[in-house]
Amino acid sequence: MPRIIIVDRTLQEDTWETLPRDAALPDSGNVIAPLETWRHVRESARARSGAVGVWLAPDDDPAGIAPDVERLPVIAVQFPQFADGRGYSTARLLRARHGFRGQLRAFGEVLRDQLFYLERVGFNAFALKEGRNVADALAAFADFSEAYQASALAPEPPYRRRTTAAGA
Amino acid sequence: MYRYDQIDRTLVSQRVAQFRDQMRRHLAGELSEDEFRPLRLQNGLYVQRQAPMLRIAIPYGMLSAVQLRTLARIARTYDRGYGHFTTRQNLQLNWPKLETVPDILAELAEVEMHAIQTSGNCIRNTTTDQFAGVAHDELVDPRPYSELIRQWSTFHPEFAYLPRKFKIAVSSSIEDRAATFVHDIGLHILRNDAGAIGARVIVGGGLGRTPVIGSVIREFVPRAELINYLEAILRVYNRFGRRDNKYKARIKILVRELSVTGFAAAVEAEFAHLEGGPAVVPDAEFTRLESSFTAPAYETLADADAAFERARHDNRAFARWVEQNTFGHKVSGYAAVTLSLKAPGVPPGDATSEQMDVVADLAERYSFGEVRVSHEQNLILADVRKADLFALWQEARPAGLATPNIGLIGNIICCPGGDFCSLANAKSIPIAAAIAARFDDLDYQHDLGPIDLNISGCINSCGHHHVGHIGILGVDKDGSEWYQVTLGGSQGRETALGRVIGRAFAADEIADAIEAIIGVYVASRRDDEEAFIDTVRRIGLAPFRERVYATPVLEAA
Ligand code: SF4
Repeated sequence: MPRIIIVDRTLQEDTWETLPRDAALPDSGNVIAPLETWRHVRESARARSGAVGVWLAPDDDPAGIAPDVERLPVIAVQFPQFADGRGYSTARLLRARHGFRGQLRAFGEVLRDQLFYLERVGFNAFALKEGRNVADALAAFADFSEAYQASALAPEPPYRRRTTAAGA
Repeated sequence: MYRYDQIDRTLVSQRVAQFRDQMRRHLAGELSEDEFRPLRLQNGLYVQRQAPMLRIAIPYGMLSAVQLRTLARIARTYDRGYGHFTTRQNLQLNWPKLETVPDILAELAEVEMHAIQTSGNCIRNTTTDQFAGVAHDELVDPRPYSELIRQWSTFHPEFAYLPRKFKIAVSSSIEDRAATFVHDIGLHILRNDAGAIGARVIVGGGLGRTPVIGSVIREFVPRAELINYLEAILRVYNRFGRRDNKYKARIKILVRELSVTGFAAAVEAEFAHLEGGPAVVPDAEFTRLESSFTAPAYETLADADAAFERARHDNRAFARWVEQNTFGHKVSGYAAVTLSLKAPGVPPGDATSEQMDVVADLAERYSFGEVRVSHEQNLILADVRKADLFALWQEARPAGLATPNIGLIGNIICCPGGDFCSLANAKSIPIAAAIAARFDDLDYQHDLGPIDLNISGCINSCGHHHVGHIGILGVDKDGSEWYQVTLGGSQGRETALGRVIGRAFAADEIADAIEAIIGVYVASRRDDEEAFIDTVRRIGLAPFRERVYATPVLEAA
């Protein structure tokens, strides 16, 4: 049974297979390859049937795939432990600096109570940790209706909106 | 004071609802202890030795009388009728029941308070000078900047799971009363030669296991770029700070590994992308924030008040209190008053609900309804007419709030230690009590002059022992409690770390050891004017060492 994930705040069947480290690229099917693998197949992948995305570990530098963001349909960021916050910066850089507009997915130890922040740094897809209630987790996006910072959802921090409102 | 607008109010009340639900899921077994821990920590909730501990945020130490009364009521209703003010200007409740915490947070939200990010590996409560806005040596009021940082750091999505906790302190006066050199980031708000306001940025200071004095990485960041610059620092730290060893995870270690120049270069490279971007703070926002901190309706007064001078002349105890516990105000005829939470026999920084109510009343009657918490764990009434000082003193005294010991050896900074804290190696409160008892003669304290004595129950250094003129650190030796003594530390512009004088002392030796140290000072000081710290700097540790370890009682132990 395909796995259910959250994409753009709705439940969907996952149409991608996330390859483990060191796995060879299968001949067909949509796959998300680890960065190492992607580096090797970067050119040959164009000829393959089925799309190829890439996933980054917490210490992978997103700048390394900056030239590829236009062609990558999906970039996934791994959270080996939910308390490892490096992936948040990775996402922010991919969106705000490198201009990635495709699916940005968090996977690994992804839990309901992190979803709100994850979405705000730019993730729009979430493969929750195995065994978690995905439908319940959807409520987390509504935890807060405001935020103080600029984010993927609101490019202007409220201090710019506040002042505009006050000045209007 | 800063008043919440709709955005602030919405966020804080939604936080209460979120935490209530997290607590419910935890109690229902849906959230494991491991998963719940960072969530509760980011809400200031610890599980301590005897009971949970809740740390309530007092952003940059500012409280209204109404808020303080609410804290008094919460301590009475949900706890044992007292609270502990910390060196980071927060309030800790030591005995709340886990299940009642959401209710406490809801009551706090009603008076625009919360416990957000008072713990956990995130950006903590920003601290500043307790005399902000009134200090005679102030360059710029640091509070609008502190509030800006409070908002930016609250629920920052990118920086909620940092390698380790992260503390920011802001100062903007000649004297540094905010310990900016021992914070992860210290900011000095100042004007450059062209008159523009900005910040000098210090990074990588900190106490703890590896005490480090911070380094300046930028002499001037224009205020409009302050948030962008902070984002750059935090992003470099979040991405590259060590996560493999929690003792090496603070930013100071990253700064050391990259070197100060290397770290500064990484920050500048990141900042180059952010500069001029959407997080630039417009002048209008500073104007909005500044309007929250306008001067209260001061009267036009002569600086000298005849009745006050007479009372000071006639009443020695009052005069002593004025000398120690009041601070120069920039407005003529006013003074800032420190209400000491260091009465003998009381754990330093503790205040009962009754005392909080008294302080709230005093604030309303004498100081425009505002109170501040200092990092030395006292309460401040910042705007008192000199003409009112005598009346204020007479009311504060019976409440145990007028011990004239600010700046003296009796003003001990002390963490909760082994009586409460589960991380402690040793108790700290009884040590403070033993020392306070030894120096209970206020005339003697006064003769000794300025001495900062700071106590931490473990190397986490919440009691800032490294920067005490005399520092005491609880250590564990073979399962029993010992105390290491350092001399020569200091805070402020001349921040220095104390040096260990020798082998540690047992609990019952420590008061003798401190007395011996003070004895050396008294015998060696050049004259009455030479302060303890200056004598230590002049003569070094050796004379102290000789005397302390030569005492027969200690030899036998
Ligand atoms: S210094 Fe140690 S004992 Fe004291 S409060 Fe901090 S962690 Fe606890």
